[in-house]
Amino acid sequence: MSAQGHGYYLPAPSHWPIVGSGALLGLALGATLLIHGVAGGGWLLAAGAALLVWMLFGWFGTVIRENERGLFNLRVDASYRWGMGWFIFSEVMFFAAFFGALFYTRTISVPDLASADQQLLWPGYAGGWPTSGPGLEDPFTPMAAWGIPALNTLILLSSGATVTWAHWGLKRGRRRQLILGLALTLALGAAFLGLQAYEYRHAYSELGLTLGAGVYGATFFMLTGFHGLHVTVGAILLAVMLARALAGHFTPERHFAFEAASWYWHFVDVVWLGLFVFVYWL
Amino acid sequence: MQATHAPEHGHGPPGGLMRWVTTTNHKDIGTLYLWFAGVMFFVAGSMAMLIRAELFQPGLQLVQPEVFNQLTTLHGLIMIFGVIMPAFTGFANWQVPLMIGAPDMAFPRMNNWSFWLLPVAAAFLVGSTLLPGGAVAGGWTMYPPLFIQGGISYDLTIFAVHIMGASSIMGAINIITTILNMRAPGMGMMKLPLFVWTWLITAFLLIAVMPVLAGAVTMLLTDRNFGTHFFDAAGGGDPVLFQHVFWFFGHPEVYILILPAFGIISTILPTFARKPLFGYASMVYATASIAILSFLVWAHHMFTVGLPAGAQLFFMYATMLIAVPTGVKVFNWVATLWRGSMTFETPMLFAVAFVCLFTIGGFSGLVLAMAPVDIQLHDTYYVVAHFHYVLVSGALFSIYAGVYYWLPKWTGHMYDERLGRWHFWLSAISFNVLFFPQHFLGLAGMPRRIPDYALQFADFNRISSIGGFVFGASQILLLIVIVKCIRGGARAEARAWEGAQGLEWTVPSPAPYHTFLEPDVAERHLSPPLPQAGGPPSGDEGRGEGYAPELR
Repeated sequence: MSAQGHGYYLPAPSHWPIVGSGALLGLALGATLLIHGVAGGGWLLAAGAALLVWMLFGWFGTVIRENERGLFNLRVDASYRWGMGWFIFSEVMFFAAFFGALFYTRTISVPDLASADQQLLWPGYAGGWPTSGPGLEDPFTPMAAWGIPALNTLILLSSGATVTWAHWGLKRGRRRQLILGLALTLALGAAFLGLQAYEYRHAYSELGLTLGAGVYGATFFMLTGFHGLHVTVGAILLAVMLARALAGHFTPERHFAFEAASWYWHFVDVVWLGLFVFVYWL
Repeated sequence: MQATHAPEHGHGPPGGLMRWVTTTNHKDIGTLYLWFAGVMFFVAGSMAMLIRAELFQPGLQLVQPEVFNQLTTLHGLIMIFGVIMPAFTGFANWQVPLMIGAPDMAFPRMNNWSFWLLPVAAAFLVGSTLLPGGAVAGGWTMYPPLFIQGGISYDLTIFAVHIMGASSIMGAINIITTILNMRAPGMGMMKLPLFVWTWLITAFLLIAVMPVLAGAVTMLLTDRNFGTHFFDAAGGGDPVLFQHVFWFFGHPEVYILILPAFGIISTILPTFARKPLFGYASMVYATASIAILSFLVWAHHMFTVGLPAGAQLFFMYATMLIAVPTGVKVFNWVATLWRGSMTFETPMLFAVAFVCLFTIGGFSGLVLAMAPVDIQLHDTYYVVAHFHYVLVSGALFSIYAGVYYWLPKWTGHMYDERLGRWHFWLSAISFNVLFFPQHFLGLAGMPRRIPDYALQFADFNRISSIGGFVFGASQILLLIVIVKCIRGGARAEARAWEGAQGLEWTVPSPAPYHTFLEPDVAERHLSPPLPQAGGPPSGDEGRGEGYAPELR
């Protein structure tokens, strides 16, 4: 057996994966039962969520402790880099499905519904975008781009800058800059999420824009909703990085966890730019 | 590459059930994947037996139409996501680290999770048969609006697909990272065994398209339960949108199900022909071309939905283009056999059958690629025959070939060759009796997914069913061979097959629990370059792309 710190680290058997499987079992079964109004569904869902949180703390905690003990060599570090990169690529493809749905609807299915072929089925439907389709009655007002969404664009772009500024601080050994930069990024992320929540309330209560408002409402809420979820996950990642920075983790040379979180943050940033242009603006 | 263990980690495995639940060892996890695939194979296979029994004669005999639809749907979902994909991932787990000289997979704990998500999803799929309304019955393709209308098991199936997707993505990230980052010194990209290459490209496809499937079924979920109108024309949506998103996943998925098979066959043919693989580099490029093209052909599954003629032409020609790299592969396999000193042990028998029968499936695929023909044949038994030729005599036969080929390495024993040959001949003959007549049924217009049929289809259906029963029963032989091989048999040498090349044959049989913990072990065996690689292009010699010595 080679000396510690020189070889590729192979972890001991772990119970965290099976806990994670139990968590997803509870979440999926609980959600299904809840949707269908079966008693106990909500509790199962909550239990699954609790298991998931416990698993995430336990599993990531184990990895962080192993790392702090110096068990990961540069080859392990490279594995984490590849892994995070491919994970983000998979996330990009997830959003691609919903962007694809948006583009298809706007360029193919809505114009087709308004075409001469469909006049018998949907008389008088004019098409155009935004639309809630030919068969829905409730009117809605689309979300304007140059109010809160433009402000949110500014906020997220600034947060991308602050997280990079924090990274510079880390690489130059200026821990106060790192901590300040992370805290600023988190604050900007929270502001973004707060404004999104305000915008959702506004949409539901005043604009008549709901998840059920035809294909516009569906693509609007699913795209912005999943993006918001990813901002939340990114913010949690950054919060963990802030806690670790305060605990004295990371060196100017070795800090891939921080870089992974910032990659993820930049990724949600880029997705937002796509959202701003194609969902809000055009 | 050297490896460090967790200090509390001993040399041997911990005992009991917990060994399998908590394991972080690539060989244990590979074994779990393979057994899981085996169990699910018999579950979904029994469903196929019921389907063929119902179709034995016209009229309704055994099951109601709703149950028949559940059987065809679950048979498809389980065979794809619960048998073929886990079996190939099992091979990847066992063989990729052994073939590239890595101490384990890159993320051993995540590897465990990738596996242990599958029983959850399988429990959802199989358990949903007991729910009110029965299991999903909308076809494995899950098309709306039918899929929007089902009961509770439809939501459970959507979540099962999510979970299987998460499992596949994590598994693929693990495999791709292992191959890119953990090759032994000197194992350059163009020296990789072809099985590793095909899995590298498969893993890329998985990471690219499993999230798209997750998006598609998420839209189904919200259309079903949360009032969205993605697939509802009244709200401006379109059911055809689902088909586009689904098949953007679905066509690369087809290659996810066959590229690892190409890798296995490209490993086995040279062994038993005792010749290096013909055209190693062209095999790599052909695999990559197939993968790239797979993103551009999805709408050939949708020629009857009313696509514009221009779109039909594009997807028709793009699909036919795939025959070019596939033809390169078949040519190379045949050229590998040309003037080889061949012997026909069971793995070789299945591999040769693969080359012949998969090619038939490829040709019927070319027939279906022609839009005007496809409009006639869409949703007929011709399609069923086509995809069973590529999935059973393609993917499944390659899995059989691989199991027979590597069983000696896994168990340390030689399997029963006589039983293996019986298994092969019974399978190969009954498979053709089962599926070849379905081409005729399809050409005559028999639709798929219907429990009853017109009288003129009776004869071929009866022949097909008899073939099906024989095929089903023959698979019990495989189980017997495997169990016998695990329990004993002639001792296998390290290089169990005379002509076998590659690092996995340099370790003892059975492979020790941990292999390649020290980097030089791999290095010693890697020079001279792997004969299987057919000699790398001269510029590549010893360059070892992707390997940074200082990282060791």
